[in-house]
Amino acid sequence: MDFRDSPAEAEFRGRLRSWLAQYNPGLPASSTDDEYWARQAEWHTALYDAGFFGLSWPARFGGHDLPTVFDVILDEEIATAGAPPRPSLGYLVQGISSHGNEAIKDRFLPGLISGRDRWCQGFSEPDAGSDLASLRTTATRAGGEYVINGHEIWTSYSDVADWCILLARTEPDVAKHKGLSAFAVPMRQPGIEQRPLRMINGITTEFGQVLFDGARVPAANMIGEPGEGWRIAMTIVSHEREPGELGYVARYAKTVKELEHAVRAGPADFRSDQREAVAWARVQTEMLRLHVCRRLSERLEGVEHGPGGSIDKLLMTWVEQTVGSAALAVSGSNAVVDADDVALKVYLYSRAQSVMGGTSQIQKNIIATRILGLPAG
Amino acid sequence: MDTRDTPEQAELRRSARQLARELGPATVADLDDAPRRERLAAAVRDAGWLELRDDAGDGTPLASGVEAAIVADALGGAAADVAFAGRVLAADLARRAGVSDRAGAVVAFSAAIVDAAIEPGAETARAMYAVDVDEALDSAYVLAPDGAEYRLARVRSRGAPGASGGSDLTRAIRVFPPGSVVHPAETGGLLTGDDLAAWSALGLAITSADLVGVMRGVLDVTAAYATERRQYGVPVGSFQAVQHLLAEARCLMEGSLSVALHAAWAVDNLSPLEARSAGRVAKAYSARAARTVCETAVQVHGGIGNAWECVAHVYLRRALLSSRWFGDDSFQLRELSRERLEVADGLS
Repeated sequence: MDFRDSPAEAEFRGRLRSWLAQYNPGLPASSTDDEYWARQAEWHTALYDAGFFGLSWPARFGGHDLPTVFDVILDEEIATAGAPPRPSLGYLVQGISSHGNEAIKDRFLPGLISGRDRWCQGFSEPDAGSDLASLRTTATRAGGEYVINGHEIWTSYSDVADWCILLARTEPDVAKHKGLSAFAVPMRQPGIEQRPLRMINGITTEFGQVLFDGARVPAANMIGEPGEGWRIAMTIVSHEREPGELGYVARYAKTVKELEHAVRAGPADFRSDQREAVAWARVQTEMLRLHVCRRLSERLEGVEHGPGGSIDKLLMTWVEQTVGSAALAVSGSNAVVDADDVALKVYLYSRAQSVMGGTSQIQKNIIATRILGLPAG
Repeated sequence: MDTRDTPEQAELRRSARQLARELGPATVADLDDAPRRERLAAAVRDAGWLELRDDAGDGTPLASGVEAAIVADALGGAAADVAFAGRVLAADLARRAGVSDRAGAVVAFSAAIVDAAIEPGAETARAMYAVDVDEALDSAYVLAPDGAEYRLARVRSRGAPGASGGSDLTRAIRVFPPGSVVHPAETGGLLTGDDLAAWSALGLAITSADLVGVMRGVLDVTAAYATERRQYGVPVGSFQAVQHLLAEARCLMEGSLSVALHAAWAVDNLSPLEARSAGRVAKAYSARAARTVCETAVQVHGGIGNAWECVAHVYLRRALLSSRWFGDDSFQLRELSRERLEVADGLS
């Protein structure tokens, strides 16, 4: 057991730290600001071009073939520098790598990893949320293409995406889990209408609705085999639940650092319960950092796609919501007298974490039956 | 970075868990089985676990904080009624002080069971509590002030040794009443603030690891019960209301394991103050988690969970002592907020 940097890790950390000190993306301080997310693409490209993104992914696709634990260093240094978190794409890379054929991987992974192409994920519909397999979006074969009709919702960053990894029903007459296929759908075409949604904290650049009305996708863009969509979706969502794939530790640590900074600037202005709320947020964030160290270490000999991500997702949710509550506590009454209060936005944004990527209730069902071995209800 | 166990650590983890499972109490009635308890004590002694933090001959311990935590985790997991942590912590403190005579020693703590410091004088002003004792003992280590630092001393009660007891049914506590006699140690040097911080780091790491074990052990028992106990014609574990409680408990255990592993590693690999902070993080998280997990276990057992014969309260009681020892979650949060928030800005 060793939490220390190896010589290669220390060298990487030093190089990354100097680069972060020099390269100031000049982004707003908060992840709850539209501009912060709007400029993610710029940050993605900057990180990638400097050689600091896609660390554990194959060099063949633009990654660096480094051991998984290098992502821990990336998140730690990003948090220390107060920079934005790394783009959260690991789960799409895992999905495409695990199920796509060689042509699909060669064609799509380099652009996804480099940030040259932007992606979104179309898995949710107005009537298919937790019950993902009931989705009704259809992909109907027409010659060398499929024609897409349906309505996706909660599609993050759909309005700026070049591609959508879309789950659609290709075989309407088989059992609901079996008739689904996954596609890489080009987003800039007629037949696609974007309808952005405003989140409860006011930001408008994240949530989207996408209407597919006769949009077209070449059959060669199918990821995996026809009918393999459910398995692909399960691979993707299992990794979408992992803080190690998402890089969120950096985001939480950055917020906690800002809260600590605020309290240290005038300790007498804060009651002991406010200080302890910040200390608890620090404990939670540190727990998640160390949990990711453990999970990524467990992957040094290869990635497994299992139910463990549901545990990590719940832990991550508790951390995000503890940090959000601490922000609210530190802000005090400012969060109610000022609608633009940043802490209020951090807090409100944190409530989404127990829904996105599968609700906490769904995670608990998975943990109970697939990890604890309790009988299905 | 590779936070996995080395092959030797993995083997220790496996064998310690096996031993604790085989010789620990499977039921509340087993707590009264003296021959079993003696077999368990002998096995722990023969495994050399009580000497893990003894002097290897060059001032360093025989084994690292990680090995000590692995054993603590295993013993907590079986609610093993055997002295371990008390002896290991005493040996660690004696080694740091350079005191050689330490056979069977334990440390006596002040009432908060956070530190072992006494006031100056030839006898104690307050009661002192020796935690995790396994046999009749007539003395324990305490820390006698010497300027700004401390020396190891022994405290001895005037009459018969204080009554044993405490709420934990698996680890005994002995009381040295006020007026107990203080004997300065004949050998050994001063213990600095760094020595005591490093020692606290070990105490925090071991008690956190014990709590992780307690959570794992009580969850295993409770998940098995929820599978077997039937109501409305089905196992109670098939109801989402019950499943969700247990799923949350499992997450709390996993998060605690992640912080406790780091705290154990930190004991011998970070500076004393950093190691103690790592211990505080681990303890704050795992003490809060263990309370919830053990309360969940009592709840999921239903009526029988509130009966003395159900093993769930044995784990809950053990968690209460391990949480308090070296400071509970509230204590650690106060200390962490002092460390991080009441100093000039400039921390990372």
